[in-house]
Amino acid sequence: MIGSTLLIFTMVWALPGDPFSGRCGQRPCPASFVAAETARLHLDKPLPVQYLYFLGNLLRGNLGLTSDGTSVAHELARAYPITLKLTTVAILMEIVLGIGIGIIAALRRGKFFDNLTLITSLVAISFPVFVIGFVLQYVLGVRFALFPVTVGYGAPWGDLILPGFVLALLSLAFVLRLTRASLLETLNADYVRTAIAKGLPRSLVIRRHVVRNSLIPVVTYIGADVGVLLGGAIVTEGIFNIQGVGGLLYQSIRLRENATVVSVTTVLVLIVLIVNLLVDLFYAVLDPRIRYE
Amino acid sequence: MKQRKLILTSALFAAGALALTACGGGSSSSSSSGSGSSGAKGGSVTIYNVKPQNPLIPTDTNEVGGSNVLDNLFTGLVRYDPTTAAPILSAAESITPSKKSEFWDIKLKPGQMFQDNTPVTASSFVDAWNWGAYAPNAQLNSSFFTPIKGYDDLNPADPDGDGPKTAPVPKVKTMSGLKVISPTEFTIEFKTPQSFFRVEAGYAAFFPLPTSFYKDPAAFGKKPIGNGPFQLVSGDGSTGFVLKAWAGYQGADKPSITQATFKTYTSDTAAYADIQAGNLDFMDEVPPGDLVNDQFKKDMPGRFISKPVGLIGTLTMPSYDKDYQDPILHKAISMAIDRATITKSVFNGSYIPATGWVSPVVDGYKAGACGVNCDYNPTMAKQLFAQAKFKGPFTISYNGDRTGNKEAYEAICHNIQNNLGASCTAKPYVDFATFRAAVTSYKMTGMFRTAWQMDYPSIQDYLEPLYVTNASSNDGKYSNKTFDSLITKADGQSGAAANATYQQAEATLATDMSIVPLWYENQSAVWSSRVTNVKTTPFSTIDLTDIKVK
Amino acid sequence: MSEPDSLSALDVIEGSPGTPTAPATGASRTLGGDAWRTLRSSWVFWGSLVLIAILVLMAIFPGLFTHVDPNYCEASRARLSPSSKAWFGDDIQGCDVYSRTIHGARASILVGTIATLMALVFGAGIGVYAGFYGGIVDALLSRLTDVFFAIPILLGSIIILTSIPTSSNTLLATMKVSLAIAVLGWTATARVARASVIQVKQADFVHAAQALGASRSWIIRKHIIPNAAAPVIVVTTISLGSYISAEATLSYLGIGLQPPAVSWGIAISDAAAYVRTTPHMLFFPALFLSLTVLAFIALGDAVREALDPKAM
Repeated sequence: MIGSTLLIFTMVWALPGDPFSGRCGQRPCPASFVAAETARLHLDKPLPVQYLYFLGNLLRGNLGLTSDGTSVAHELARAYPITLKLTTVAILMEIVLGIGIGIIAALRRGKFFDNLTLITSLVAISFPVFVIGFVLQYVLGVRFALFPVTVGYGAPWGDLILPGFVLALLSLAFVLRLTRASLLETLNADYVRTAIAKGLPRSLVIRRHVVRNSLIPVVTYIGADVGVLLGGAIVTEGIFNIQGVGGLLYQSIRLRENATVVSVTTVLVLIVLIVNLLVDLFYAVLDPRIRYE
Repeated sequence: MKQRKLILTSALFAAGALALTACGGGSSSSSSSGSGSSGAKGGSVTIYNVKPQNPLIPTDTNEVGGSNVLDNLFTGLVRYDPTTAAPILSAAESITPSKKSEFWDIKLKPGQMFQDNTPVTASSFVDAWNWGAYAPNAQLNSSFFTPIKGYDDLNPADPDGDGPKTAPVPKVKTMSGLKVISPTEFTIEFKTPQSFFRVEAGYAAFFPLPTSFYKDPAAFGKKPIGNGPFQLVSGDGSTGFVLKAWAGYQGADKPSITQATFKTYTSDTAAYADIQAGNLDFMDEVPPGDLVNDQFKKDMPGRFISKPVGLIGTLTMPSYDKDYQDPILHKAISMAIDRATITKSVFNGSYIPATGWVSPVVDGYKAGACGVNCDYNPTMAKQLFAQAKFKGPFTISYNGDRTGNKEAYEAICHNIQNNLGASCTAKPYVDFATFRAAVTSYKMTGMFRTAWQMDYPSIQDYLEPLYVTNASSNDGKYSNKTFDSLITKADGQSGAAANATYQQAEATLATDMSIVPLWYENQSAVWSSRVTNVKTTPFSTIDLTDIKVK
Repeated sequence: MSEPDSLSALDVIEGSPGTPTAPATGASRTLGGDAWRTLRSSWVFWGSLVLIAILVLMAIFPGLFTHVDPNYCEASRARLSPSSKAWFGDDIQGCDVYSRTIHGARASILVGTIATLMALVFGAGIGVYAGFYGGIVDALLSRLTDVFFAIPILLGSIIILTSIPTSSNTLLATMKVSLAIAVLGWTATARVARASVIQVKQADFVHAAQALGASRSWIIRKHIIPNAAAPVIVVTTISLGSYISAEATLSYLGIGLQPPAVSWGIAISDAAAYVRTTPHMLFFPALFLSLTVLAFIALGDAVREALDPKAM
């Protein structure tokens, strides 16, 4: 944990420019402002000293202020739940749609459905998220009014369906293909053939043996995705006007608010660590042969 | 062959999706029935805004997110006519300069109140300006008070520049140049003549503040109390602010609506989609993708404006770099740029080729200061270029985070390549902060983008802060003694005489063309079908006085 | 019941159920040989290879496909639709879209393949070792992975791309962008490889090989990797496509490849805002990107099936 915060702090500190370059637009910042901010943020001290100040404040629960005077903690408390909601919608879609469709595609291998999913995965991978988001927002939102165009105040769940889908789309393609490939392999395993040979109905075999055993790489990928989704939803958040962590991060990088960037990213690291831990524990549920030494 | 079928199907799929989108170019949103006549009184509108970067304190607000809100919460000594940009007396009853514009006498209208029912007095202004100028308060707009006598007492210099010692605390808290004569009168003494002050007086830095401000400035920055037509009811920067019309406002520009919400957006395309869907009522800029082919006019028939505002784009040569000190080279480059075609094809006519260094909306504007140097003349450009010593390779630097910049400066580079036969690269900096850091280090090795948005509508604002030797925003370190003396002379004159001298100064910029004028930016604004009687100001903001809900 | 494995130390019993029968004479019985035989007869394999060959040809010799300079642009031709003069039309600057699409193949495919190779070697390498050795090694490597995981893409790419000085040499710039993408993307490959290895590690034939005294590296090479390969192959082939697409997102955020470099990513991000009014500028580079992605996914699929030791 300490390691990551130090790494991130150094990275932000290494960004070119300083908190003043962008703040005053086309005029230079007044000397009094520069002096006051330098003193407040200890910008004239060497990097390790700045980091110690940051840690000290962090332990006291003081995360500092954003440029417009709001407390960083307040901003985090406002933005994280929204982004978490969006990520949850996206993950649910990945699980339900990705695994579901992947299973069906594997079972109907080579037929029309399988090829259709191949093409959809193709589109999802090759068209970058900002294109897909923009197109879907226009076609489904503005033109046919099937979904809200932007996300409303407080991010109600219904508003998050379309953005969640857009966010999940690329990962959906991965999950779909992974599930399909994993399932195809497991279908050929001896114990599966044995079970079928013994006379068990195919659907039962699939439900009880095949799916559980194919899911490990898929679950891993989904777990891996959480971190990516949380930190990388910036484009989707912009398109649908979601006031979440992505926008917060973008603003604070732009204004070189080091404290905000590090605070946001630290919470991110924490969440990712927890999720990965849960995923690891989940392996044992899926495959009882896995034990921990 | 299955693979061919796959390719075909995927191509059709993608084409279908794109075609659906393209076909949607026609008017999409169904508007609720509007009576068409002038709207009823009352109602609420939602306006596009971006997150303010600073607390909502007038002396700390220097960007559009904050000023959009503050300009409606306060009214200053003057306000600006939405059509002509001329200053109109608002809180002030009279603003009278002395003969040489060094002494100014301000009389206020009696009986004015703040929204917390405390009176607006001369001290409301003087105390606020003193607070803003006082160095330990670190206000971003403090430099606007620099010309006032006594400013330096409140801003003692740092004894060792960037070194470890800090500047000493100022010994006084008030500027000697500000004197309160009575509750409705005060005087200002400037260090040098400031003939344009009457126009400048409406800028946010000069707003008054109630006495409750000084008890807790931080809280005020979240919920300001002003003396203007609207008061802030709720909200924050991240989601938006809700403003209600203030019943106690006595000015002539009372609004007809009862509520205005400034909703914060992180991307302009989301806001544009919201206007189409009817969730947003007004947006003061159209995303470039919707400008082309007049798409926005098709999307919002009869609900758009495209008019000039106080924004100019220029290309600056680094005068401190020996390669870029030759006026012949500057003129060659300027004549090689086909401003008309670029503004038509890239900006769909929403930018207008510039003929001078001053925006057409301001008092004192005179067309054609640039003369033939800003005309597109590839033959002449080639001839001049042959005489120039430095032949490139050229770079044009810009900040890549503003939509429209990439297209503009790449187009200029193509002009230079095609017409002068020199290599040219448009070099983006990842964001505004990085870009400005590089520019203000005064080490640029190539040309770079500069733009100016006026603070107040005067020709002086486009010349003095930018091109006077060592001026605060003189990014290219340009120096022209004739220009400097003409500006000083104009500052001491007044009225038409001052404007004539400012125009003479502007004409001297054409002799060396170190700053190449490119274009004036038009504002393209759109609004929903819920509202009518929409007017915008020369500052590109919406005028909430006239807008009505249908 | 132990599962038969065609390359374990146990003899393959010809003709027993579940094993592929092979001629008694000395045809190759290694996994590689089996795989090659399967691939040889797969038209998906050959089809995707042909497509990739065409694209690679386009990348190396763009002059074979077009004579127009991709960087010659005239503002007066901006956004023109496809015509006989410009087969794919012109883009926002008035440059020929067909020419830019052909020339863009090089940078895009380079970025995709280099980033994928980096991610594969580094990511899969770490993942396999972490999964196989377990214990402290696993804990350490996993924590390392996690730290990289959580770095937001925006922050990470800005840092990497601004701290390495820009050079006008296009190859170096391409390497820089590939590095940024790989650094931020290798973690997915690592996690999937690790999980796959953990699963395979528990299989009976691995225990059997260990009981027979096989060395660890032998087991990794001969047993773990081929059996764990499938998910890694899937993730890698899709990753290649998504890395090329990621280059577009980096360009959209303003930190990707810069002109005068030409790539599909640059073309797509430049054209994105205008998709409603002039979609042809976006459509053609995106189409070529899709074809490339399709080719590699199909290739990956064919290879995965061929390598699957349990498939008939």
